[in-house]
Amino acid sequence: MDRLNRYIRKIPGWLLYLIGTAYPVWLLYAAFSGDLGVDPVKAMEHALGKTGLQVLVAVLAISPLRRFAKINLLSWRRALGVIGFAYILLHFLVWMVLDVQILSQVWADIVKRPYIIVGMVSLMILLPLALTSNNWSVRKLGARWRLLHKATYGAVLLGGVHYIMQVKSFQYEPYVYLAVIVGLIALRRLPKKGIKQARKPSRPRPA
Amino acid sequence: MAYRWKNTLTHEDVTPKSAFLNRRQIMAGMAGLGLASIAPKGQAATDLEPTPLDVITQYNNFYEFGTRKDDPAKYAHQLTTKPWAVTIDGLVDHPGDYAFDDIMSQMTIEERIYRFRCVEAWSMVVPWNGFELKDLLDLAGVQSSAKYVAFETLYRPEEMPGQRAPFLEWPYVEGLRLDEANHPLTLMATGIYGDPMPKQNGAPLRLVVPWKYGFKSIKSIVRITLTDKEPPTSWNKSVPSEYGFYSNVNPQVDHPRWSQASERPIGGGFFAKRIPTLMFNGYEEEVAGLYEGMDLRKFY
Repeated sequence: MDRLNRYIRKIPGWLLYLIGTAYPVWLLYAAFSGDLGVDPVKAMEHALGKTGLQVLVAVLAISPLRRFAKINLLSWRRALGVIGFAYILLHFLVWMVLDVQILSQVWADIVKRPYIIVGMVSLMILLPLALTSNNWSVRKLGARWRLLHKATYGAVLLGGVHYIMQVKSFQYEPYVYLAVIVGLIALRRLPKKGIKQARKPSRPRPA
Repeated sequence: MAYRWKNTLTHEDVTPKSAFLNRRQIMAGMAGLGLASIAPKGQAATDLEPTPLDVITQYNNFYEFGTRKDDPAKYAHQLTTKPWAVTIDGLVDHPGDYAFDDIMSQMTIEERIYRFRCVEAWSMVVPWNGFELKDLLDLAGVQSSAKYVAFETLYRPEEMPGQRAPFLEWPYVEGLRLDEANHPLTLMATGIYGDPMPKQNGAPLRLVVPWKYGFKSIKSIVRITLTDKEPPTSWNKSVPSEYGFYSNVNPQVDHPRWSQASERPIGGGFFAKRIPTLMFNGYEEEVAGLYEGMDLRKFY
């Protein structure tokens, strides 16, 4: 396990960002080549939303993985968080610019439609987290930084709810996502006995 | 009686065969040009984007095969449509099973180029082939006490994988008021672009009610029942607050989760512009009379 963790630490942050950037670039290419089907806008909008949610769920899984499986992905957490946020932001922009298109309509939807309100609140929570993901903010905010970034849980939970609210009729998939999100949050609530030592390097490391 | 309604959309509004054969190049070209400058003539008057055949067959909802837009095209090949019969019962003089081939031999097939507007705010223009529902109902002899027509889709989970999951209560059911069913626009479609109905689009025969949201146009019909009571309809049973019995296309009455004021024509590529949705999907002149005095906000 320690060897695995050593390998994980060797993977630099810029590589994660590179992979993270490749995905939307590929989506754009696929949209024009026809690989996204006959409605590339919706396909791209949904792909970005879902992949963004997946990446953020992965972020939530990092501390339970370390605690229960002793797999330490902490060095990836910042990059994954920023990438997940970027996908959600792009998801929103595709919805606004290419799908709804009409600005007055965008605004009407944001204030009127519950599932869009929930999605927007989630994005608004993620925004300050992304903006404070740099070392400077970590230093500046000190203990408050940790508290602020706990909001990730709320944002991802709302993302899961947003997913359930926007599908038609009953579908399993969004409920699976919500169950996983709730499960990951619940894991944090488990009593923490005998793991004090493992938690020592509690400061997020620069990637 | 065939030819009671005359197309106002013409083949000019549909993509020419040469164009849909190399759609990818066209789409790439459109994207590059900022689009639509190559649209065929006749479009200016109606603001219509053409819908190529492969778009019509690759993108639609047919939850019996799954909830994704490409599921019908992926899985509908499993469906056997021969033999096929439609049971016509209820308040009719000649109830019974009507074999599809027998029905076809008695009907005059004509082409109807209709706008198709999904409740999800996307749209197409489809050149259907088929006959008026009224002709089929006349064959069965509708009794004077009948007020509604109920429709039912095939239930065959071994061939329709979507029916193995509870997306909706199966089989899918739909309904029309009798005067809606008898309207000359109401079509039993048996083909698209002159070819038999593709399985993913509701083979071998489906309803097309062009002034209503697409889900009213029930596919792969196996039963038609004349009744004197408003029949239950699948989406209304599933989410009554979002989908009413009438479900007429109406840009002024929003879906609770999105606006119905505009729609995205499918097949226009990445930068396709939204177009305004028309009252009764552009068939106001023909059908507004059916709903005179009705509050269309209440009867959505």
